[in-house]
Amino acid sequence: MPLKLTLPHRHYRRRRSFRPKKSQNNVNHVMASEEEKKAVFDTESAKEVVKELRASFAAGKTKSYEWRSTQLNAMLKMMEENEPQIVAALRDDLSKPELESSIYEVAMVKSSCRVALKKLKHWIMPEKAKTSLITFPSSAEIVSEPLGVVLVISAWNYPFLLSLDPVIGAIAAGNAVVLKPSEIAPATSSLLARLAADYLDRSCIKVVEGAVPETSALLEQKWDKILYTGNGRIARIVMAAAAKHLTPVVLELGGKCPVIVDSDINLQVATRRIIAGKWGCNNGQACISPDYIITTKSCAQTLVDSFKCELERFYGKNPFESKDLSRIVNFNHFARLSKLLDEDKVSSKIIHGGERDEENLRIAPTILLDVPQDSLIMTEEIFGPLLPIILVDKVEDSFDVINSSGTKPLAAYLFTNNKKLKEKFVATVSAGGLVVNDTTVHLAEHTLPFGGVGDSGMGAYHGKFSFDTFSHKKAVLYRGFACDAFVRYPPYSRGKLRLLEALFNGSFFGIIRALLGWFKS
Amino acid sequence: MLPLQTSKTIASMEESIAELRETFRTGTTKSVSWRKKQLRALLDLVNENEDSIFHALDQDLGKSRVESYRDEIGIIKKSASYSLSCLDKWMAPKKGDLPLLFFPAKAEVMPEPLGVVLIFSSWNFPITVALDPLIGAISAGNTVLLKPSELAPACMSFLTQTIPRYLDNKAIKVIGGGADVGKRLLELKWDKIFFTGSPRVGRLVLTAAAKYLTPVTLELGGKCPAIVDNTLSNPSKAKVTAKRIVGGKWGPCTGQACIAIDYVLVEEKLASTLIETVKKYIKIFYGDNLKELKSISRIVNQQQFQRLVNLLKDPHVAASVVYGGSVDEEKLVIEPTILLDPPLDSEIMNEEIFGPLLPIITLKNIEESIEFINSKPNPLVIYAFTENETFKKRILSETSSGSVTFNDSMVQFICESLPFGGVGQSGFGRYHGKYSFDTFSHEKSVLHRAFYPELEPRYPPWTNFKLAFLRLAYALDYFGLILLMSGFRKS
Repeated sequence: MPLKLTLPHRHYRRRRSFRPKKSQNNVNHVMASEEEKKAVFDTESAKEVVKELRASFAAGKTKSYEWRSTQLNAMLKMMEENEPQIVAALRDDLSKPELESSIYEVAMVKSSCRVALKKLKHWIMPEKAKTSLITFPSSAEIVSEPLGVVLVISAWNYPFLLSLDPVIGAIAAGNAVVLKPSEIAPATSSLLARLAADYLDRSCIKVVEGAVPETSALLEQKWDKILYTGNGRIARIVMAAAAKHLTPVVLELGGKCPVIVDSDINLQVATRRIIAGKWGCNNGQACISPDYIITTKSCAQTLVDSFKCELERFYGKNPFESKDLSRIVNFNHFARLSKLLDEDKVSSKIIHGGERDEENLRIAPTILLDVPQDSLIMTEEIFGPLLPIILVDKVEDSFDVINSSGTKPLAAYLFTNNKKLKEKFVATVSAGGLVVNDTTVHLAEHTLPFGGVGDSGMGAYHGKFSFDTFSHKKAVLYRGFACDAFVRYPPYSRGKLRLLEALFNGSFFGIIRALLGWFKS
Repeated sequence: MLPLQTSKTIASMEESIAELRETFRTGTTKSVSWRKKQLRALLDLVNENEDSIFHALDQDLGKSRVESYRDEIGIIKKSASYSLSCLDKWMAPKKGDLPLLFFPAKAEVMPEPLGVVLIFSSWNFPITVALDPLIGAISAGNTVLLKPSELAPACMSFLTQTIPRYLDNKAIKVIGGGADVGKRLLELKWDKIFFTGSPRVGRLVLTAAAKYLTPVTLELGGKCPAIVDNTLSNPSKAKVTAKRIVGGKWGPCTGQACIAIDYVLVEEKLASTLIETVKKYIKIFYGDNLKELKSISRIVNQQQFQRLVNLLKDPHVAASVVYGGSVDEEKLVIEPTILLDPPLDSEIMNEEIFGPLLPIITLKNIEESIEFINSKPNPLVIYAFTENETFKKRILSETSSGSVTFNDSMVQFICESLPFGGVGQSGFGRYHGKYSFDTFSHEKSVLHRAFYPELEPRYPPWTNFKLAFLRLAYALDYFGLILLMSGFRKS
């Protein structure tokens, strides 16, 4: 029975003012229009795609170092030669400011390619493992091998980065890949499909565009790994589909990323860094954006004043005129965010912003003070430009606020100069990653694993973690024919039992005593 | 309507889980002293109850004392001791390297417990496969519910009665019962599930876990092949090879082991040498015939016994039996049986055997073994008896399995430094040694930044200068940055 993803109808409602540009090159796309998508890409098509990739993988095409480095170099070139088109597509889909596109999408993908290229030889090399007396003489190693044919399902908010960063890992590890970009960012989806076909090895790396039917068709197939970036509801569907084939998954989800703001800090720097992580990251539509703030009642006013001041410095008196803010991606999300603001117990708590422009899908940077913890805005992931501030008596009470939610976020942030508070934060708060005195920057550091825990996901990637996530670490033990331990084999005896005990304990004296006892008997 | 006993069990189950959650919330299990205390208590449990464990394993599976020590007690003692000696190191955060651009900053990756974990163990190594993951879960600081397999009832009873006497009852619980209990457990929310068993049940576990986005480790099985090349031409190596094959097939629970040799691949011309040497060692190790069988386990129950007997019912399969084949239904014993070239489309060659039947498949050329193995789902282990370095490299690069062992069988299981786990249909995730600790941990990245210096180009309003700055920063082009800042480079 075909797997069905069901999303509410509103997900398909077209944006009123924004239509994606039609792709220039239809030749190598898997499909072009919505109607054609339904006709063209079904379960049979998905089977064919997987069959082709399995054949390529079985032929060994993706395993060589040369193939992997050629593809990574091609991707680097692809990003370098097409930056203006990428920036344009992101502007189309998200009104993403040029700097955000150039840096958080293009530059980050390029950086990821460069790290993989630089380290690939080292990553591919087997890792030596120790052996002990009990298997003497022997040697051991752990060999990284590709999993096979993997599926990457990406998200709409960083459509280039979240598509290509996992694909870089999959390629580096020697897999064949299908990438399914998000249909909610159609211009970038279309561009990705065209560029991948032009620059990368089409027999091993494919982009499949589409929406729910196409994704469902893909999920019915057997994959060797699936990496999904998105929300918890769809993640459950992905994991249930994967379960049928015993496919391991990486789920990069989100959550309500809290920011604790202590007193006696450089408030201006803290506020600027929060703004950069919130409205500076796709206008709050990012999995690691600060979702809400917790601060003490005594600090609240100065914090709010600082926000107001810095927000004006960054985006001007009228943020709708600023070119440096993304818009809300589509009407569905605009309506969702409006609903959060319109809730009775919340609407009176707006102390800054709150303006909306439905025509252009804009919501001004909005701050709310002292919202009730049982309000919608405090129970759902906001994923937008609304920043609630929760007040506590003592800053230490923040940990209870965070932990009482019962879910673990993708990231948590703390601004403080208090060493004990930092220690308690690190020890008490469970999240994918923590940052002290900044926000979101840990994403850019490839030596740190990036991933969630609990409701924010499972698995991790970036840098070598990407390579590892798409590899199977195969244990290899080398033994010789000499020194065959007779104690292993029947017929069993008390003497052999004693000798085995001594061997397991790794005790030389024990072994000698047991041997002597055995020889005696 | 569930039986009363099961209803009671399920009611107390939910209370137990609530208690485990509360215990975890208090932070008790996070301290290194708590973890070490539990590991020492587990060692005491095993040391002080060896006879009971021997007895339970004998009752459930007819395991001899040596086999029980080698495959169960010894493994657990070694694993717990190893974890005790390494725990401080494992718990320490790992420092991360940061580029100059982040200066001054500090990064580390901190392992933290996942929370409340569920362990399902299997019936064939009912002590090892229950307590080894438990050691990992405790080392990582979690609270645990252990559900041993009801198909090894004496061991399940031993664990449910003994664990509460030694370990912290508020943090580590054992629950008995059958499939209905297992099913109910899967309806609840866990922070991790560790399952050892069959792919069929593995699918059910994973599907249930998906509802709560619970990460899972699946330790499954598969048809583990043993490739034997012309080392058989050397008599002394042939002897060692045969002993290790016999030991690797019938030694562990009479073939009822995920890493037992399922079938052997050998060149036609060497098949008879192999068969004769294997027969010789079967007789030396286990006795000449069914009546005189010793030092070997029995089949776990009537259902498994019938399944294995049915594998031999196919007339073409029966005709391929060259040694053994006798069965004793009352005692649930099947003598070590060798088959030569049973039909490749028979059930015995397509299902995991999990019993004392050893098909030997002959090939014209031993290199064909690679293609043969690849035509089947990825096994948990591939064994290869060869000294040909080129052939070894081909096996490693052209096949995929959980692990590979050259010139031996089974022993990879006791190497703590090697990850133990499958790939594809043989499972995913891994454990043993530090891998057990890791599998029950979340690796939390932590980045500490300072308030100074501040990089102005991070903030809007955006300008060409800021764009140029950030491009150079992301490329870690420090020289370019200096040129830009000093005006020698245009933005």
